[in-house]
Amino acid sequence: MSDNIKEIAPPAEPGFWKESWYQLTRNRAAMAGLIIIAFFALIAIFAPLAAPEDPLEQTISARLTAPFTDGYILGTDDLGRDLLSRIIYGGRISLIIGVVSVGISLTLGGVLGLAAGYFGGWVDRIIMRVIDIMLAFPYILLTIVIVAILGPSLTNAMVAIGISQMPRYARVIRASVLSEREQDYVLAERSLGTGNLELMFRTILPNTLAPTIVQATLGVGEAILSSAGLSFLGLGAQPPTPEWGLMIASSKQFITSAWWVVTLPGLAILLAVLGFNLLGDGLRDILDPRLRD
Amino acid sequence: MTDTATIETSATGTGELLGIDNLSVSFHTRRGVVKAVRNLNLKIREGETLALVGESGCGKSVTAHAITRLVPMPPGVIESGIIRFRGTNLLSLPEKEMRSLRGSKISMIFQEPMTSLNPVFTVGTQIAEVFVTHEKLGRKEAFARAVELLDLVKIPDPAKRAKSYPHQLSGGMRQRVMIAMALASPEPGLMIADEPTTALDVTIQAQILQLLNELKKGVGMALLLITHDMGVVAETADRVAVMYAGRKVEDAPVEELFANPRHPYTVGLLGCQCSAPSNRNAVRLTSISGSVPDLLTLGDGCPFANRCGNVKNECMESFPDVSTAGEDHEFRCHNPITESGASS
Repeated sequence: MSDNIKEIAPPAEPGFWKESWYQLTRNRAAMAGLIIIAFFALIAIFAPLAAPEDPLEQTISARLTAPFTDGYILGTDDLGRDLLSRIIYGGRISLIIGVVSVGISLTLGGVLGLAAGYFGGWVDRIIMRVIDIMLAFPYILLTIVIVAILGPSLTNAMVAIGISQMPRYARVIRASVLSEREQDYVLAERSLGTGNLELMFRTILPNTLAPTIVQATLGVGEAILSSAGLSFLGLGAQPPTPEWGLMIASSKQFITSAWWVVTLPGLAILLAVLGFNLLGDGLRDILDPRLRD
Repeated sequence: MTDTATIETSATGTGELLGIDNLSVSFHTRRGVVKAVRNLNLKIREGETLALVGESGCGKSVTAHAITRLVPMPPGVIESGIIRFRGTNLLSLPEKEMRSLRGSKISMIFQEPMTSLNPVFTVGTQIAEVFVTHEKLGRKEAFARAVELLDLVKIPDPAKRAKSYPHQLSGGMRQRVMIAMALASPEPGLMIADEPTTALDVTIQAQILQLLNELKKGVGMALLLITHDMGVVAETADRVAVMYAGRKVEDAPVEELFANPRHPYTVGLLGCQCSAPSNRNAVRLTSISGSVPDLLTLGDGCPFANRCGNVKNECMESFPDVSTAGEDHEFRCHNPITESGASS
C-alpha cells in the first residue's frame, strides 16, 4: 500500500456511556430520580453528622411530640425517639438492603442467565424451567417462605429478597446473551483462541449491561419496598433498628392520635422508591438496545 | 515470495502446511441432512496463498470453520476426514490444544468488519487480549504490542487509534484492526481470510488485499483466501481451488487456471468476471444459468449437471474421478473443456 493513501478517520464520537450520560441530563424525570437518590445516599453516608439525635435514645418525657415542637423537627415516636434521626438512619439501612439484595440477585441471576443463554440446549432448559417455577409463586409469598425458613432478621430478609428477585435478572440477561452470542465478534474472538468462560464473562457479559442496569435500578426500589414490607410483617429488621417498615409497624396503633409516626417513614419509603423508579424508567429510554447506535 | 526458504519448499512440492484429506461436513437440520462439504482434499504449502472460490453456499466458509473447528456442533457434524496442520490432525486434537492453536498458529479474519469487533472495548484492548491469552503478557506490555501491530497494518496515529472504540472507525480501518488481531502471535502459520473484502468498497478492497499480501510475505505465513471474486483471486493467489455444492471441482496454480480452465463451472465463473474492456466492443457479462442445487436433495451425479452446457448422460449418474491436466492441475469432470476452449 502506498503510504500517501490514508483513510480518513471519522471524527471521534463520544463513547456510549458518555453519550448516555448526556441523554440522561436531558431527561427531567430521570434527573429528578437521580437527585433524590443522591440526596438519600449523601444523608445515609453522613448519617451521624446529619442526624440531630441518637436514633435509639429514648426520651420518655417527650413521647409522641408533634413535628416542629420542642426542637424535634419531625417530632418523636411512642418511645420519645427523634423521628428525623430514625428516618435518616433508616435510609442507611434501606439503601444497604436495596443494593445488597440486588447484588445477590444480579450475581445469581447473572450467572444462571449467562449459562442458560450461552450454552443453550439442556442447560438452558433446566435453568429456565427452575426460573419459571420460581416465577409461578407470588413474589412476596416466595420471599416470606424463604425468610420463614432462614429465620426473621435483616440479613435474611436481604437474602430472601435477593433470591426471589433473581428470576427476572436471569431472564433479562439470558435474553440479551441469546442475541449477543450470535454476533460476529463472538465468533471472531473464539477464532482467536478465547475459552468459554472468558467469552461468557469478558466478551458477552459487558454487552448485556444496558438492559441489566435498567432492571437493577428498578430492582433497588422494589427491594427497598419489599424489605419495608417484610419488616412491617415482623420478618425483616427487628426492634429497635430504625428501619422504615418496622417504624410504621411498631407505631401503627398511634395513627389516629399521632399521624406523623406512621406517615413520615411512609413518605420516606415513597420518596426513595420513587427516586429509583424514575431513574430506572429514564435509563430504560436511554439505554434501550433498539435506540443504540 | 521474497523468502528463499519458502521458494525452495514450494518448488520441491513438500513443505505442506495444511492438508485436508477426504473432509466431509454435514448439518443435521429438521428438513434433513445438508452435506455442506463432501470428500474435500486440499493442500496449502508454507507461505502460499490458496484461494478457495465458489458461489455462496458452496461450502467455502464451512471448510474454513472446520479447519479452526468452529463449525457449530450440533447441528454440524464432521463425518469424515483428516485436517493435518504441520503434521498434526486438528480434528483429533483435544479442545484445549486446539484453543491454543487458534489465534496463535491459525487465525481468521471475517467478512463483516463492522460486527466482528466487540463494541464495548477499545480496539487496542481487544488486540492486547490475544497477547494476554496466548503469551501471558502483562496488560501494559500487551497494549504496547497492540499499538505496534496497528502501525504494522498501517493505521495512522496507532497510539491514538488503539484507544478508539470500533464504532469510531471506518470499515477499512476495522478490517485492518481485524488483521492486526489475526497477526497478534509470535509465528502465525496460516491466516484464513473469509471474504475479507466483500463488505468494503472497491478502493479500500485493493488496499486491504495489498496489505494482506505484504504482511504474508513479511511474516512468511500462508493465506487461505475465501472469496467469490475472481479479480481478487487473480491479484493475490498462488493457487486456486474451485468449489461447487460442497465438492472441489478444480484445483490449479492461478496462471494455469486462468489460462486453461477445464471444468465448465470454472469457465462460467471466469465468464462472470467484469474486466475493463480493452477495445470498444465490450463483451457482455455472461452468467451461469440456474442456481446452486439444494444440498438436501443432492444425488450421486455431478452437482453441476443441471446447469452445465456440456452435460452427458454419465454426469447424472456418478461424480467424476480426479483427472489431471499437466503438473499440479486437477479437475473432476466427465466432459471437460479442452485446451482450445471447445468441448471434447
